[in-house]
Order: sequence, then C-alpha cells, then structure tokens
Amino acid sequence: MSDLEEFREDARAWVRENAPDSLRGTSGSGPFEGYWGGSKCEETDPDLLRWRDLGIEKGWTAPSWPKEYGGGGLSHEHEEIIHAEMKAIGVPRPVAGQGLAMFGPVLLEYGNDAQRAAHLPAIARGEMRWCQGYSEPNAGSDLASLQLKAERDRDEFVLNGQKVWTSHANLSDWICCLARTDPNAPKKQMGISVILADLNTPGITVKRIDLISGYSPFCETFFDDVRVPVGNLVGKENEGWTIAKAILDHERSSIGRSIARQPGSAQREVVGRTRKHLGVAEGVIPDPLLRDEIAALGMLEEAFHLTLARIQQSAASGTPGPEGSITKIVGTDLKQMRFELGMKVAGVDGLGWEGPGFDEDDLQYTRDWLRSRASTIEGGSSEIQKNIVSKRVLGLPEGKK
Amino acid sequence: MSGHTAPSLLLNDEQQMLSKTAHQFIHDRAPVARLRTLRDSKDETGFSRELWNEMAELGWLGLQIPEQYDGMGLGFFDLCVVLEQSGRELMPEPFVSTLLLGTQTLLLGGTDAQKKALLPGIASGETIVTLGYEEAGSHGDASMVATTARKSTAGFELSGAKLQVLDGHLAERIIVSATTSDSGYTLFLIDPARSGVTITRQFRIDGLNAAIVQLDAVPVERDDVIGEIGGGAVLLEAVFDRAGVGLSAQMLGASEQAFADTIEYLKEREQFGVPIGSFQALQHRAVSVYTELALTRSAVLAAARAIDDAPDDVPRLASLAKAIASETFMHAAKEAIQMHGGIGVTDEHDIGFYIKRAQATYMTFGKPSQHRQRWAELHGY
Repeated sequence: MSDLEEFREDARAWVRENAPDSLRGTSGSGPFEGYWGGSKCEETDPDLLRWRDLGIEKGWTAPSWPKEYGGGGLSHEHEEIIHAEMKAIGVPRPVAGQGLAMFGPVLLEYGNDAQRAAHLPAIARGEMRWCQGYSEPNAGSDLASLQLKAERDRDEFVLNGQKVWTSHANLSDWICCLARTDPNAPKKQMGISVILADLNTPGITVKRIDLISGYSPFCETFFDDVRVPVGNLVGKENEGWTIAKAILDHERSSIGRSIARQPGSAQREVVGRTRKHLGVAEGVIPDPLLRDEIAALGMLEEAFHLTLARIQQSAASGTPGPEGSITKIVGTDLKQMRFELGMKVAGVDGLGWEGPGFDEDDLQYTRDWLRSRASTIEGGSSEIQKNIVSKRVLGLPEGKK
Repeated sequence: MSGHTAPSLLLNDEQQMLSKTAHQFIHDRAPVARLRTLRDSKDETGFSRELWNEMAELGWLGLQIPEQYDGMGLGFFDLCVVLEQSGRELMPEPFVSTLLLGTQTLLLGGTDAQKKALLPGIASGETIVTLGYEEAGSHGDASMVATTARKSTAGFELSGAKLQVLDGHLAERIIVSATTSDSGYTLFLIDPARSGVTITRQFRIDGLNAAIVQLDAVPVERDDVIGEIGGGAVLLEAVFDRAGVGLSAQMLGASEQAFADTIEYLKEREQFGVPIGSFQALQHRAVSVYTELALTRSAVLAAARAIDDAPDDVPRLASLAKAIASETFMHAAKEAIQMHGGIGVTDEHDIGFYIKRAQATYMTFGKPSQHRQRWAELHGY
C-alpha cells in the first residue's frame, strides 16, 4: 500500500470517528460551506463548534499550510484526500471561507513572513474572517480599470474610493483590496497594488446590498481617508495585477469545485421535486418531455463530475491539462439548469415570496433559484471566462471587447 | 459516478504511446480526403484493404481479442484509443462492422468454436464480420424484427431483408436477427455464399460502406446460432452498448479534428483586416464546443473503462457516452461549417465530410433522446 493510500485509511478513520452525527450528509464539503468564523460570528451550534475545534487541534482546517501557521504541514495530495473523506460522508470542512480558500494561499505565495505570522494562524483557527475588495462601480468585468486610490504618506497608505460586491464585508474582519498606487502608469494593469485593511479602521463604511433573492451576501464598502500601515502591502508596489490574476484563478476553480456537490444530487433533487409537485410517488414520471429534460441534466451532471475527476487525476499525475479553465462555466450552467428545472416542475407552487399558503422548502428553493442567477456573473462572468479560455487555451487572437 | 471513487480516466504510458503512434499513422496514411476519391471512383471495396492489413500487422485489430484467438488480450479501453484516432480522419475501414458489431457479438455470445473460426481472421485483417439489424420501417429500433427463422430438419430457414448492413458487400460472415416462433428473436451467423442470399451494395452520405442483405429461405445449421434461442434482444443490447461506446470514441476523435481544423481556420482567415478568430461572437462559440469536447472525453473514457472493469455501470455510462458524443459531434460539425463560411459548404473542402458522418453516427445505436429515456429508466424515473 502506498503512503497516500495508507493516509487515506487514516483520514477516513479519523473523519468517521470525529465528525458529529448531526453534520453528516449536510454538505458538499466545498471551501465555502460550513463555519466561516470571524470575530463577529454568532454561531451557537455546539456540533459545528466542536467540529471546528477538533479540526484546529488536528491542523486539518488548513491541512497543506505549514504547521507554524496553524496548518497540518501536509502536501496538497494529502489535503485533497482529507477533503474527499469529508465529502464522502457529507460533513463540511471544520472551517470554511475565503480566508482559507483564497487569501491564506495568496499570503503563503506572495506575502512576507510578518504578514504570514500575523494572519495565517487566525485564519486557520477561524478567528478572523476575510473578504475581497476587487470590483468597483465602474470596474466589473473590466477589473483593471479600478480606481480605489492608495496614496503613500510616509509609512502609511491613505485609501479613498469605493469597492462593491465585497462578500459579507459586514461580517468580516479584514479586506484584501486591489488599489491604484500609480495613476500615471502607462497601462491600466500597471500601477495596481494588493493592500490589506482591517475593517475596523476609521473611515471604512460598509453597506449591505439586497439581491433579487432577498439575501444580502454582498456589500458596498466605502473608503474615506483610511490610513493603513505600508506593512499591509502584499508583494511589490504597482505589481499587484499578477497577484490579482492568481487570486481570481483560484476563486474560479474554487467556485467550479464548490458547485459540484455530491454526484447525482442535482438529478435527485429535481426528480424529488417532480414527484412532490406532480404527485407521482414512484416509478416512471409520465411525461416523456420532462423525463428527457431531467435526463439531460443528469447526464451533464455526471459528465461534469467525471471531468472534475479527470482534471484531478491528471493534476495528481503531474500533467495538468487545460480543462480546469472550464469548470466554472460548466458548474454554474449546471447549477442554473438545475434550479430552472426545479422551478419548472413546481409551477405555481414556486411563486411564493413569504407568508401563508406556501411550503417552507418551496419558499427557500425559490430564493435559491433567484440567488443562482448570480453564479454566472460573480467571480468572473461566463463571458469573461470564455474570453480567457479563448485566449489562453485555444490561442485565438485578442480582439476588441 | 455511483461510488465515491471515480474510475481512472487517464491513459497509461503504453496507451499514450499507442495513441501517438495511431495518430501519426492515420494522419499520414489515411487523410479524410480519401473519402472523396473512394466515392467518386465508385471503388468496389470502398476502403483500403492494404491499410486494414497494415493495421492488423501493427496489432490494432486484435487489441481486445484474447490471446487464445491470436489477439493481444488487452481491454476495450485500448481498442477505444485506436478508435478515437481512426475517427479523426473518418476512416471508412470496417471498424464498426468488424471490430465492434462482429467481434463484440462473438465475444459476448459466441461459442468457442465460433470464436476459433472467426476471431483469428479478424485479428489478422483477413475476415470481415458484420451484423444486420436494420429493416424497412424499423427506424433504428432493433427490436422490430420482421425477418423470420423457420425450424427445418437441419436447423433453420431464414427469410427477410436487412438494410444498411455495414460492409455487408464483402463480409465473410453476416450476423442477423430473426424471430424464432414466439420466443423473441435470435442471432444467426450466415455465410453470404449460401443459396438464397442476395447482396446489393448501398451508398450512404457518410462514406461507410453498406449493403442490403436479402434472405430467401436461407438454410442455417443449429451451430450457427449465436447465444441462446430467443436471447437475441439481451445479447444485442449488450453488443450495442459496447458498439455505441466504440462509436462514441470515434465521434470524439472526429469532433476533435473538426474543431482543430476550425480553430486553425479562425486564426488564418482574415476579414475586415483582422483574423476572424479575434471576433468575440466566434470565440465564445468555439469555447462552447471546447467545453463539450472536454465533457465528452470524460464520458467516453469512463464508459470504455467500465466495459473492462465495472460491468454493472456499463448500461448507464454507455448511454451517457453515446448521447453526449452524438450531440457534441453534431454541434462541432455544424459550427465547423458555419465558421468556415462559404468554403465550408463546398465539396472541394474536407470539413463537409464531418457533418455527414455526424448525422450517420447520431442515428446509429440509439439517438440521444432514446438514450436519455433509457437513462431515466435506469435511474428509476
């Protein structure tokens, strides 16, 4: 038995022994499901908190981070195995969120020792929650045209401007910003820097954005003469665009993967809703057109999971293929198809917003359907993703956008 | 995926080498333009016996045939590696008839004597074996069998007509389905040299060779039954699963080639002073095809792997592969023509061959909609 196979058995045994029963089968175990933590966290579920503590103790909230920063000191292959074993019984990772999925890895790669020591252990323990500060009102798909101003004043940067779509900034402790440090740079991609800011710094105002779903997962964040120490600059000044692209690549593959859920679950969900709303308790659904649509969804879901497995296998064998670039496009399409079909079979039962006469599950599903419309926009719209694949993978010449 | 661990979807070192060698050989020796020459010259064989024999010498025809029957004893997965490459240039050689329909029927249902008699010849390239199931009005539904097998003193007498029998114009043996009283239908191995067999060559859009096989009280012996009497439906379903996966591997290769040619064209062709590949409207459509190709490859590899390693998963994964490969190939072929513009609809250009093959493969071994219905049944809805 190879070391990895042996490790898989140990990981399986540990997860099955320690994961609280109440959490099993509740999660696709993606990077954004479960306990997000942070100083403003009001989580009271004792099982979730116990699972968090067990994970911290084991170093398995961030298995591949160095031990000195609160990680497990393991390889990425080991980390994949741990996450796969959690997914196998449907428990969330002990700590989730953007700090672990995105900003920790960025600091490991681009940060300095002081920044790593200051932030990584708190992220690994779920004590500090992070959010992203990229988009601005006039910098969405064209992110490089961002205008948040960062002016150097001795040993501080002074930030002025506005960020938008800052995920859960109201619940976060820190924000990772892309800011313009050189407004006179010859190209808009130049003159951008990555700067970290404590959200408690005077001059920062956070305002929630209500979405069509009624949820408010995003905020607007305003910066008015906000002073942060120059030590909060990540990497070199004016060379932040490279880091930004790395963060975005990471975000996109995380979104693609986190959307994956359990194989077969999208089909099961739609079949279940069909049975419930059409009153077909079991057996063949007597509408061949509907069966065809559900089967098309189920087949796409299966092919997507097989493709994720193939990407993972070729990465593990040391020859990653270019297919990773399509996971966000396909994963988000699949998610929208699933909700569209789930809403279609519900008919008028799916029209409730709140209040009497509607089933709780249906009310929730309708909100989730509305939320799913954002999946092909956030983290780089599908159109931007296609531009990237076109250029980087197919090698087609860049044209006017 | 039924379990937590996905099947291995990677080629091992030997398979990668096989894929490379086959790619080079087929690229050099079997360019798609051959289809035009073979068609226009009304070539009697309709494909190259010489190429077929060379591929036999390379060991490709007997890859999956057990060693005891003079094959290499490898898996269906290995066969699919070669099939994918053969699809790139739409080769008209008898892959589908002989390596898929004929060989798989024999492997799944043949007696040791039947295998001994035919498989070594298939591996060596000498023997063409095919299977006829299409009939007038059956519309691709193999369970619609009007051909009859009447009991006789020596065995049976077959009467009926099979249409579009692939390579039926020169096959040494033809397997046909025929009803045997009220116990369903049965597969029989017939020698076309027998009395009562009339073969008429047919010409299809896709460059594959076919024939009408007319049977008028053709005598066959009890030993010429393949599988159980009345067991034709069960056997044929398993054969079609394998044949569909093999055909899907060919469709994958064909889609890849049509797509690669189209990407080349998008980079070369200039209009308005720039390469047309710089236009976003075309770029995004190209990415859609690329995405479908990635999904199709995963489905085909998983289905091929299941045939070797996980028989219980074969029906659902075979349906998945056939449905998705059919849609992808058709999409890739349509986009290939559209993006080539006017030259794409001329007979002079090779890209038009791809849509003809796409249409034929779409309709063969179950349309995507039939596989989606089957998928739904297999998943209990």
